[in-house]
Amino acid sequence: MWTGIVNFAVDLTPLWLTLKVAGVATLVTFIVGVSLAFLVARSRFWGREGLDALCTLPLVLPPTVLGYYLIVLIGRNGWLGRWLQETWGISLIFTWQGAVLAAAVVSLPLIFKSAPAAFEEVNLELENAARTLGLSETAVFFRVSLPLAWRGILAGGMLAFARAMGEFGATLMVAGNLPGKTQTLSLAVYDAVQAGNDARATVLVIIISTVCLTILVVSGKAFKAGYM
Amino acid sequence: MKIMVDIKKRLWSGRRVFRLEVAFASDKDFVVLFGPSGVGKSLTLQTIAGLTTPDEGRIVVGERTLFDSSRKIRVPARHRNVGYVFQDYALFPHLTVAQNVSFGLKQGWPWYLPRGERLRLDEALEIFELTPLKYSLPRDLSGGQRQRVALARALIRRPSLLLLDEPFSSLDALLRVKMRQELLKLKERFTIPVILITHDPQDVAALAETVVVYEHGRVSKIISPPKHDYPVRERPSLSSWAANLCA
Repeated sequence: MWTGIVNFAVDLTPLWLTLKVAGVATLVTFIVGVSLAFLVARSRFWGREGLDALCTLPLVLPPTVLGYYLIVLIGRNGWLGRWLQETWGISLIFTWQGAVLAAAVVSLPLIFKSAPAAFEEVNLELENAARTLGLSETAVFFRVSLPLAWRGILAGGMLAFARAMGEFGATLMVAGNLPGKTQTLSLAVYDAVQAGNDARATVLVIIISTVCLTILVVSGKAFKAGYM
Repeated sequence: MKIMVDIKKRLWSGRRVFRLEVAFASDKDFVVLFGPSGVGKSLTLQTIAGLTTPDEGRIVVGERTLFDSSRKIRVPARHRNVGYVFQDYALFPHLTVAQNVSFGLKQGWPWYLPRGERLRLDEALEIFELTPLKYSLPRDLSGGQRQRVALARALIRRPSLLLLDEPFSSLDALLRVKMRQELLKLKERFTIPVILITHDPQDVAALAETVVVYEHGRVSKIISPPKHDYPVRERPSLSSWAANLCA
Protein backbone atom coordinates (compact mmCIF):
# COMPACT_ATOMS: atom_id res chain seq x y z
CA MET A 1 0.00 0.00 0.00
CA TRP A 2 2.88 2.32 0.94
CA THR A 3 4.59 1.78 -2.42
CA GLY A 4 1.28 2.51 -4.04
CA ILE A 5 1.17 5.87 -2.34
CA VAL A 6 4.79 6.60 -3.26
CA ASN A 7 4.24 5.74 -6.90
CA PHE A 8 1.05 7.65 -6.92
CA ALA A 9 2.40 10.69 -5.14
CA VAL A 10 5.84 11.03 -6.66
CA ASP A 11 7.80 10.25 -9.70
CA LEU A 12 11.17 9.01 -8.41
CA THR A 13 13.22 10.41 -11.31
CA PRO A 14 14.63 13.22 -9.10
CA LEU A 15 16.01 10.61 -6.67
CA TRP A 16 17.90 8.67 -9.36
CA LEU A 17 19.12 11.90 -10.90
CA THR A 18 20.29 13.16 -7.50
CA LEU A 19 22.16 9.93 -6.79
CA LYS A 20 23.79 10.09 -10.23
CA VAL A 21 24.79 13.75 -9.89
CA ALA A 22 26.01 13.39 -6.29
CA GLY A 23 27.85 10.15 -7.10
CA VAL A 24 29.78 11.54 -10.06
CA ALA A 25 30.39 14.83 -8.24
CA THR A 26 31.80 12.98 -5.20
CA LEU A 27 34.09 10.93 -7.44
CA VAL A 28 35.45 14.13 -8.99
CA THR A 29 35.82 15.92 -5.64
CA PHE A 30 37.35 12.84 -4.11
CA ILE A 31 40.21 12.66 -6.62
CA VAL A 32 40.75 16.43 -6.82
CA GLY A 33 40.25 17.06 -3.09
CA VAL A 34 42.50 14.22 -1.86
CA SER A 35 45.33 15.18 -4.24
CA LEU A 36 45.11 18.85 -3.27
CA ALA A 37 44.88 18.01 0.43
CA PHE A 38 47.93 15.75 0.23
CA LEU A 39 49.83 18.47 -1.61
CA VAL A 40 48.95 21.08 1.00
CA ALA A 41 49.56 18.72 3.95
CA ARG A 42 52.93 17.35 2.83
CA SER A 43 54.74 19.96 0.75
CA ARG A 44 55.79 23.56 1.13
CA PHE A 45 55.48 25.77 -1.93
CA TRP A 46 54.71 29.34 -2.83
CA GLY A 47 50.97 30.06 -2.78
CA ARG A 48 50.18 27.13 -0.50
CA GLU A 49 48.10 29.25 1.89
CA GLY A 50 46.29 30.79 -1.08
CA LEU A 51 45.41 27.38 -2.47
CA ASP A 52 44.26 26.30 0.97
CA ALA A 53 41.95 29.32 1.26
CA LEU A 54 40.65 28.95 -2.29
CA CYS A 55 39.65 25.32 -1.73
CA THR A 56 37.91 26.21 1.54
CA LEU A 57 36.04 29.17 0.06
CA PRO A 58 32.99 27.21 -1.20
CA LEU A 59 32.28 26.32 2.43
CA VAL A 60 31.59 29.94 3.34
CA LEU A 61 30.47 31.58 0.10
CA PRO A 62 26.73 31.60 -0.63
CA PRO A 63 25.92 28.89 -3.22
CA THR A 64 24.42 31.55 -5.49
CA VAL A 65 27.76 33.33 -5.60
CA LEU A 66 29.45 30.07 -6.54
CA GLY A 67 26.78 29.56 -9.17
CA TYR A 68 27.52 32.99 -10.56
CA TYR A 69 31.25 32.24 -10.72
CA LEU A 70 30.51 28.99 -12.51
CA ILE A 71 28.31 30.74 -15.05
CA VAL A 72 31.07 33.25 -15.66
CA LEU A 73 33.46 30.32 -16.11
CA ILE A 74 31.46 27.81 -18.15
CA GLY A 75 28.61 29.95 -19.51
CA ARG A 76 28.25 30.54 -23.27
CA ASN A 77 30.52 33.56 -22.95
CA GLY A 78 32.72 32.23 -20.19
CA TRP A 79 36.32 31.56 -21.19
CA LEU A 80 36.16 27.85 -20.41
CA GLY A 81 32.58 27.54 -21.70
CA ARG A 82 33.46 29.12 -25.04
CA TRP A 83 36.51 26.91 -25.42
CA LEU A 84 34.45 23.79 -24.69
CA GLN A 85 31.78 24.91 -27.14
CA GLU A 86 34.21 25.72 -29.92
CA THR A 87 36.55 22.72 -29.61
CA TRP A 88 34.26 19.94 -28.45
CA GLY A 89 30.78 21.32 -29.07
CA ILE A 90 29.92 20.80 -25.41
CA SER A 91 27.83 23.11 -23.27
CA LEU A 92 27.56 22.38 -19.55
CA ILE A 93 24.89 24.98 -18.79
CA PHE A 94 21.43 23.42 -18.16
CA THR A 95 22.74 19.85 -18.28
CA TRP A 96 23.17 17.23 -15.55
CA GLN A 97 26.93 17.48 -16.10
CA GLY A 98 26.61 21.15 -15.15
CA ALA A 99 24.82 20.07 -11.97
CA VAL A 100 27.72 17.68 -11.28
CA LEU A 101 30.17 20.55 -11.58
CA ALA A 102 28.15 22.73 -9.20
CA ALA A 103 27.80 19.92 -6.65
CA ALA A 104 31.51 19.08 -6.95
CA VAL A 105 32.63 22.64 -6.27
CA VAL A 106 30.29 23.00 -3.30
CA SER A 107 31.34 19.69 -1.71
CA LEU A 108 35.08 20.08 -2.36
CA PRO A 109 35.89 21.73 1.01
CA LEU A 110 34.40 18.83 2.95
CA ILE A 111 36.98 16.43 1.52
CA PHE A 112 39.72 19.01 1.32
CA LYS A 113 39.33 19.88 5.01
CA SER A 114 38.95 16.34 6.36
CA ALA A 115 41.68 14.63 4.32
CA PRO A 116 44.66 16.54 5.83
CA ALA A 117 43.56 15.52 9.33
CA ALA A 118 43.52 11.93 8.09
CA PHE A 119 46.98 12.30 6.53
CA GLU A 120 48.35 13.92 9.67
CA GLU A 121 47.37 10.78 11.56
CA VAL A 122 49.83 8.87 9.41
CA ASN A 123 53.23 8.73 11.09
CA LEU A 124 55.80 10.42 8.85
CA GLU A 125 58.28 7.78 9.93
CA LEU A 126 56.22 5.14 8.13
CA GLU A 127 56.51 7.11 4.90
CA ASN A 128 60.25 7.46 5.49
CA ALA A 129 60.54 3.73 6.15
CA ALA A 130 58.88 3.11 2.79
CA ARG A 131 61.34 5.46 1.09
CA THR A 132 64.35 3.63 2.49
CA LEU A 133 62.73 0.42 1.21
CA GLY A 134 63.00 1.74 -2.34
CA LEU A 135 59.54 3.19 -2.96
CA SER A 136 58.94 6.21 -5.18
CA GLU A 137 56.85 9.10 -3.84
CA THR A 138 53.80 7.89 -5.79
CA ALA A 139 54.21 4.38 -4.41
CA VAL A 140 54.59 5.76 -0.88
CA PHE A 141 51.27 7.58 -1.32
CA PHE A 142 49.36 4.59 -2.65
CA ARG A 143 50.93 1.90 -0.45
CA VAL A 144 51.35 3.74 2.87
CA SER A 145 49.68 7.15 3.20
CA LEU A 146 46.38 6.36 1.46
CA PRO A 147 45.76 2.92 3.04
CA LEU A 148 46.43 4.37 6.50
CA ALA A 149 44.34 7.49 5.98
CA TRP A 150 41.49 5.98 3.99
CA ARG A 151 39.00 5.74 6.85
CA GLY A 152 39.22 9.45 7.55
CA ILE A 153 39.16 10.26 3.86
CA LEU A 154 36.18 8.00 3.30
CA ALA A 155 34.30 9.73 6.11
CA GLY A 156 35.03 13.06 4.39
CA GLY A 157 33.89 11.54 1.08
CA MET A 158 30.56 10.53 2.57
CA LEU A 159 30.03 13.99 3.99
CA ALA A 160 30.81 15.40 0.56
CA PHE A 161 28.27 13.01 -0.97
CA ALA A 162 25.64 14.12 1.52
CA ARG A 163 26.40 17.76 0.79
CA ALA A 164 26.28 17.13 -2.97
CA MET A 165 22.87 15.48 -2.58
CA GLY A 166 21.48 18.53 -0.83
CA GLU A 167 23.00 21.07 -3.20
CA PHE A 168 20.45 23.67 -4.31
CA GLY A 169 21.62 27.20 -5.08
CA ALA A 170 24.59 26.69 -7.37
CA THR A 171 22.82 23.82 -9.14
CA LEU A 172 19.75 25.96 -9.80
CA MET A 173 21.85 28.71 -11.34
CA VAL A 174 24.11 26.50 -13.45
CA ALA A 175 21.82 23.63 -14.42
CA GLY A 176 18.39 25.17 -13.99
CA ASN A 177 15.32 23.30 -12.80
CA LEU A 178 14.29 21.13 -15.72
CA PRO A 179 12.07 18.22 -14.55
CA GLY A 180 13.52 14.89 -15.62
CA LYS A 181 16.73 16.49 -16.82
CA THR A 182 18.32 18.61 -14.12
CA GLN A 183 15.69 18.63 -11.40
CA THR A 184 17.36 17.03 -8.38
CA LEU A 185 15.59 16.11 -5.13
CA SER A 186 16.14 19.45 -3.41
CA LEU A 187 14.87 21.34 -6.46
CA ALA A 188 11.89 18.98 -6.72
CA VAL A 189 11.00 19.68 -3.08
CA TYR A 190 11.07 23.40 -3.77
CA ASP A 191 8.91 22.92 -6.87
CA ALA A 192 6.41 20.74 -5.04
CA VAL A 193 5.99 23.23 -2.22
CA GLN A 194 5.62 26.12 -4.67
CA ALA A 195 2.96 24.15 -6.53
CA GLY A 196 1.14 23.34 -3.27
CA ASN A 197 1.71 19.59 -3.77
CA ASP A 198 2.31 18.78 -0.08
CA ALA A 199 2.09 14.98 -0.43
CA ARG A 200 4.87 14.96 -3.00
CA ALA A 201 7.00 17.35 -0.95
CA THR A 202 6.57 15.20 2.19
CA VAL A 203 7.66 12.01 0.46
CA LEU A 204 10.67 13.70 -1.15
CA VAL A 205 11.69 15.25 2.17
CA ILE A 206 11.45 11.89 3.93
CA ILE A 207 13.57 10.25 1.23
CA ILE A 208 16.34 12.82 1.29
CA SER A 209 16.40 12.97 5.11
CA THR A 210 16.68 9.19 5.39
CA VAL A 211 19.53 8.97 2.88
CA CYS A 212 21.48 11.82 4.49
CA LEU A 213 20.96 10.48 8.03
CA THR A 214 22.19 7.04 6.97
CA ILE A 215 25.29 8.57 5.40
CA LEU A 216 26.11 10.57 8.53
CA VAL A 217 25.74 7.56 10.81
CA VAL A 218 27.88 5.35 8.57
CA SER A 219 30.59 7.99 8.11
CA GLY A 220 30.68 8.57 11.87
CA LYS A 221 31.32 4.86 12.39
CA ALA A 222 34.02 4.77 9.70
CA PHE A 223 35.80 7.69 11.29
CA LYS A 224 35.99 6.09 14.71
CA ALA A 225 37.50 2.74 13.75
CA GLY A 226 41.27 2.64 13.35
CA TYR A 227 44.34 0.43 13.43
CA MET A 228 46.02 1.46 16.62
CA MET B 1 83.74 -0.85 4.15
CA LYS B 2 84.80 2.75 4.02
CA ILE B 3 82.24 5.18 5.39
CA MET B 4 82.86 8.90 5.28
CA VAL B 5 80.49 11.50 6.67
CA ASP B 6 81.26 15.20 6.73
CA ILE B 7 78.12 17.31 6.97
CA LYS B 8 76.67 20.53 8.27
CA LYS B 9 73.01 21.12 8.93
CA ARG B 10 71.06 23.79 10.76
CA LEU B 11 67.61 23.05 12.15
CA TRP B 12 65.26 25.62 13.56
CA SER B 13 62.71 24.85 16.22
CA GLY B 14 60.93 28.10 16.84
CA ARG B 15 63.62 30.71 17.36
CA ARG B 16 66.24 28.30 18.58
CA VAL B 17 68.66 26.82 16.14
CA PHE B 18 70.35 23.47 16.39
CA ARG B 19 73.65 23.15 14.55
CA LEU B 20 74.88 19.79 13.46
CA GLU B 21 78.49 19.78 12.31
CA VAL B 22 79.92 16.31 12.25
CA ALA B 23 82.74 14.61 10.43
CA PHE B 24 83.91 11.05 10.86
CA ALA B 25 85.34 8.32 8.71
CA SER B 26 85.76 4.65 9.38
CA ASP B 27 86.83 1.59 7.43
CA LYS B 28 85.54 -0.69 10.17
CA ASP B 29 82.31 -2.64 9.78
CA PHE B 30 80.68 -1.70 13.06
CA VAL B 31 80.44 2.00 13.81
CA VAL B 32 78.63 3.12 16.94
CA LEU B 33 77.39 6.70 17.31
CA PHE B 34 77.39 7.29 21.04
CA GLY B 35 76.03 10.18 23.09
CA PRO B 36 73.04 11.45 25.05
CA SER B 37 69.67 12.25 23.46
CA GLY B 38 69.29 15.37 21.35
CA VAL B 39 72.86 15.71 20.10
CA GLY B 40 72.14 14.90 16.47
CA LYS B 41 72.81 11.17 16.23
CA SER B 42 69.47 10.34 14.63
CA LEU B 43 69.76 13.35 12.35
CA THR B 44 73.09 12.02 11.10
CA LEU B 45 71.51 8.66 10.38
CA GLN B 46 68.69 10.34 8.48
CA THR B 47 71.12 12.23 6.28
CA ILE B 48 72.97 9.00 5.48
CA ALA B 49 69.66 7.35 4.54
CA GLY B 50 68.67 10.36 2.44
CA LEU B 51 65.59 11.25 4.52
CA THR B 52 67.05 14.64 5.45
CA THR B 53 69.27 16.78 3.25
CA PRO B 54 72.32 18.37 4.87
CA ASP B 55 73.00 22.03 4.12
CA GLU B 56 76.45 21.15 2.89
CA GLY B 57 79.00 18.38 3.00
CA ARG B 58 79.70 14.91 1.72
CA ILE B 59 78.55 11.39 2.46
CA VAL B 60 80.40 8.45 0.94
CA VAL B 61 79.59 4.79 1.55
CA GLY B 62 82.03 2.32 0.01
CA GLU B 63 82.81 3.55 -3.49
CA ARG B 64 79.54 5.41 -3.78
CA THR B 65 79.05 9.12 -3.12
CA LEU B 66 75.51 9.47 -1.77
CA PHE B 67 75.66 13.19 -1.15
CA ASP B 68 78.08 15.90 -2.17
CA SER B 69 76.92 19.51 -2.03
CA SER B 70 79.92 20.81 -3.99
CA ARG B 71 79.25 18.41 -6.89
CA LYS B 72 75.47 18.69 -6.55
CA ILE B 73 75.06 14.97 -5.94
CA ARG B 74 72.02 13.93 -3.95
CA VAL B 75 70.96 10.33 -4.39
CA PRO B 76 67.28 9.99 -3.39
CA ALA B 77 66.55 7.75 -0.40
CA ARG B 78 64.95 5.05 -2.52
CA HIS B 79 68.10 4.57 -4.60
CA ARG B 80 70.60 4.54 -1.73
CA ASN B 81 70.12 0.87 -0.90
CA VAL B 82 70.56 1.56 2.78
CA GLY B 83 68.66 -0.51 5.34
CA TYR B 84 67.15 1.55 8.16
CA VAL B 85 65.70 0.19 11.39
CA PHE B 86 63.82 2.97 13.15
CA GLN B 87 63.80 3.42 16.89
CA ASP B 88 60.15 2.42 17.22
CA TYR B 89 60.60 0.08 14.22
CA ALA B 90 58.02 1.94 12.05
CA LEU B 91 56.25 -1.26 11.03
CA PHE B 92 53.29 -0.73 8.72
CA PRO B 93 50.31 -1.24 11.04
CA HIS B 94 47.93 -2.16 8.20
CA LEU B 95 50.11 -4.99 6.88
CA THR B 96 50.86 -8.48 8.16
CA VAL B 97 54.36 -9.62 9.12
CA ALA B 98 54.85 -11.24 5.71
CA GLN B 99 53.63 -8.11 3.91
CA ASN B 100 55.88 -5.92 6.06
CA VAL B 101 58.94 -8.05 5.42
CA SER B 102 58.30 -8.26 1.67
CA PHE B 103 57.39 -4.56 1.41
CA GLY B 104 60.63 -3.56 -0.31
CA LEU B 105 60.65 -6.48 -2.76
CA LYS B 106 59.36 -6.21 -6.28
CA GLN B 107 55.57 -6.32 -6.03
CA GLY B 108 52.99 -7.71 -8.35
CA TRP B 109 49.46 -6.49 -7.94
CA PRO B 110 47.65 -6.81 -5.58
CA TRP B 111 49.79 -8.44 -2.91
CA TYR B 112 51.13 -10.89 -5.37
CA LEU B 113 54.85 -11.61 -5.10
CA PRO B 114 56.69 -12.97 -8.13
CA ARG B 115 58.01 -16.50 -7.49
CA GLY B 116 61.65 -15.55 -6.91
CA GLU B 117 60.66 -12.88 -4.45
CA ARG B 118 58.39 -15.27 -2.60
CA LEU B 119 61.33 -17.61 -2.04
CA ARG B 120 63.34 -14.71 -0.63
CA LEU B 121 60.46 -13.85 1.69
CA ASP B 122 60.19 -17.43 2.96
CA GLU B 123 63.94 -17.54 3.52
CA ALA B 124 63.91 -14.26 5.46
CA LEU B 125 60.93 -15.34 7.58
CA GLU B 126 62.82 -18.55 8.35
CA ILE B 127 66.07 -16.76 9.30
CA PHE B 128 64.28 -14.35 11.62
CA GLU B 129 62.02 -17.06 13.07
CA LEU B 130 58.92 -15.26 11.90
CA THR B 131 57.31 -18.03 9.85
CA PRO B 132 54.67 -18.88 12.49
CA LEU B 133 53.81 -15.18 12.77
CA LYS B 134 53.60 -14.38 9.07
CA TYR B 135 49.89 -13.56 9.15
CA SER B 136 50.00 -11.54 12.40
CA LEU B 137 49.64 -7.78 12.50
CA PRO B 138 52.37 -5.68 14.18
CA ARG B 139 50.05 -4.68 17.05
CA ASP B 140 49.89 -8.34 18.12
CA LEU B 141 53.69 -8.76 18.35
CA SER B 142 56.05 -8.40 21.30
CA GLY B 143 58.90 -5.87 21.25
CA GLY B 144 61.48 -8.47 20.30
CA GLN B 145 59.30 -9.84 17.51
CA ARG B 146 58.70 -6.35 16.13
CA GLN B 147 62.41 -5.77 16.04
CA ARG B 148 62.97 -8.99 14.12
CA VAL B 149 60.34 -7.91 11.59
CA ALA B 150 62.03 -4.51 11.20
CA LEU B 151 65.44 -6.15 10.71
CA ALA B 152 64.06 -8.69 8.25
CA ARG B 153 62.29 -5.94 6.29
CA ALA B 154 65.50 -3.92 6.02
CA LEU B 155 67.86 -6.83 5.27
CA ILE B 156 65.72 -8.68 2.73
CA ARG B 157 66.75 -6.13 0.11
CA ARG B 158 70.42 -6.93 0.71
CA PRO B 159 71.35 -3.31 1.46
CA SER B 160 74.95 -2.19 1.32
CA LEU B 161 74.74 -0.59 4.77
CA LEU B 162 72.50 -1.13 7.79
CA LEU B 163 71.50 1.78 10.02
CA LEU B 164 70.08 1.05 13.46
CA ASP B 165 68.53 3.82 15.58
CA GLU B 166 68.64 2.79 19.26
CA PRO B 167 67.62 -0.76 18.41
CA PHE B 168 67.67 -2.07 21.97
CA SER B 169 66.15 0.82 23.89
CA SER B 170 62.67 -0.69 24.13
CA LEU B 171 63.83 -4.19 25.03
CA ASP B 172 64.31 -5.54 28.54
CA ALA B 173 67.86 -6.17 29.79
CA LEU B 174 67.81 -9.92 29.21
CA LEU B 175 66.56 -9.62 25.65
CA ARG B 176 69.12 -6.89 25.00
CA VAL B 177 72.05 -9.21 25.67
CA LYS B 178 70.56 -11.83 23.38
CA MET B 179 69.78 -9.37 20.58
CA ARG B 180 73.35 -8.02 20.63
CA GLN B 181 74.63 -11.52 19.90
CA GLU B 182 71.94 -11.98 17.25
CA LEU B 183 72.94 -8.72 15.62
CA LEU B 184 76.60 -9.73 15.43
CA LYS B 185 75.60 -13.07 13.88
CA LEU B 186 73.42 -11.24 11.35
CA LYS B 187 76.26 -8.89 10.47
CA GLU B 188 78.43 -11.93 9.67
CA ARG B 189 75.68 -13.74 7.82
CA PHE B 190 74.79 -10.80 5.60
CA THR B 191 78.38 -9.43 5.54
CA ILE B 192 77.00 -5.96 5.95
CA PRO B 193 78.54 -2.94 7.66
CA VAL B 194 76.44 -1.44 10.44
CA ILE B 195 76.07 2.02 11.91
CA LEU B 196 74.28 1.92 15.25
CA ILE B 197 73.07 4.69 17.53
CA THR B 198 73.04 4.19 21.26
CA HIS B 199 73.35 5.92 24.60
CA ASP B 200 74.07 2.65 26.37
CA PRO B 201 77.80 2.02 27.11
CA GLN B 202 77.00 -1.70 27.19
CA ASP B 203 76.22 -1.59 23.49
CA VAL B 204 79.48 0.18 22.82
CA ALA B 205 81.46 -2.37 24.81
CA ALA B 206 79.83 -5.35 23.15
CA LEU B 207 79.62 -4.19 19.55
CA ALA B 208 81.72 -1.22 18.51
CA GLU B 209 84.71 -1.39 16.21
CA THR B 210 84.71 2.38 15.91
CA VAL B 211 83.00 4.66 18.42
CA VAL B 212 81.99 8.16 17.38
CA VAL B 213 81.21 10.19 20.50
CA TYR B 214 78.67 13.00 20.04
CA GLU B 215 78.38 16.17 22.07
CA HIS B 216 76.03 19.09 21.24
CA GLY B 217 75.84 18.44 17.52
CA ARG B 218 79.56 17.79 17.17
CA VAL B 219 81.87 14.82 17.27
CA SER B 220 83.98 15.12 20.40
CA LYS B 221 86.13 12.03 19.81
CA ILE B 222 86.52 9.00 17.62
CA ILE B 223 87.86 5.88 19.29
CA SER B 224 88.78 2.45 18.10
CA PRO B 225 88.50 0.03 21.02
CA PRO B 226 91.55 -2.02 21.97
CA LYS B 227 92.01 -5.10 19.84
CA HIS B 228 90.68 -8.22 21.46
CA ASP B 229 91.12 -11.79 20.39
CA TYR B 230 88.44 -13.48 22.43
CA PRO B 231 85.01 -14.02 20.93
CA VAL B 232 82.45 -11.34 21.44
CA ARG B 233 80.23 -13.21 23.86
CA GLU B 234 83.13 -13.47 26.28
CA ARG B 235 83.91 -9.79 26.25
CA PRO B 236 83.50 -8.22 29.68
CA SER B 237 80.02 -6.86 30.24
CA LEU B 238 81.29 -3.31 30.36
CA SER B 239 84.91 -2.68 29.44
CA SER B 240 86.68 0.00 31.38
CA TRP B 241 87.39 1.99 28.22
CA ALA B 242 83.70 2.04 27.36
CA ALA B 243 82.83 3.12 30.88
CA ASN B 244 85.23 6.01 30.47
CA LEU B 245 83.13 7.30 27.59
CA CYS B 246 80.43 8.36 30.01
CA ALA B 247 82.84 10.30 32.18
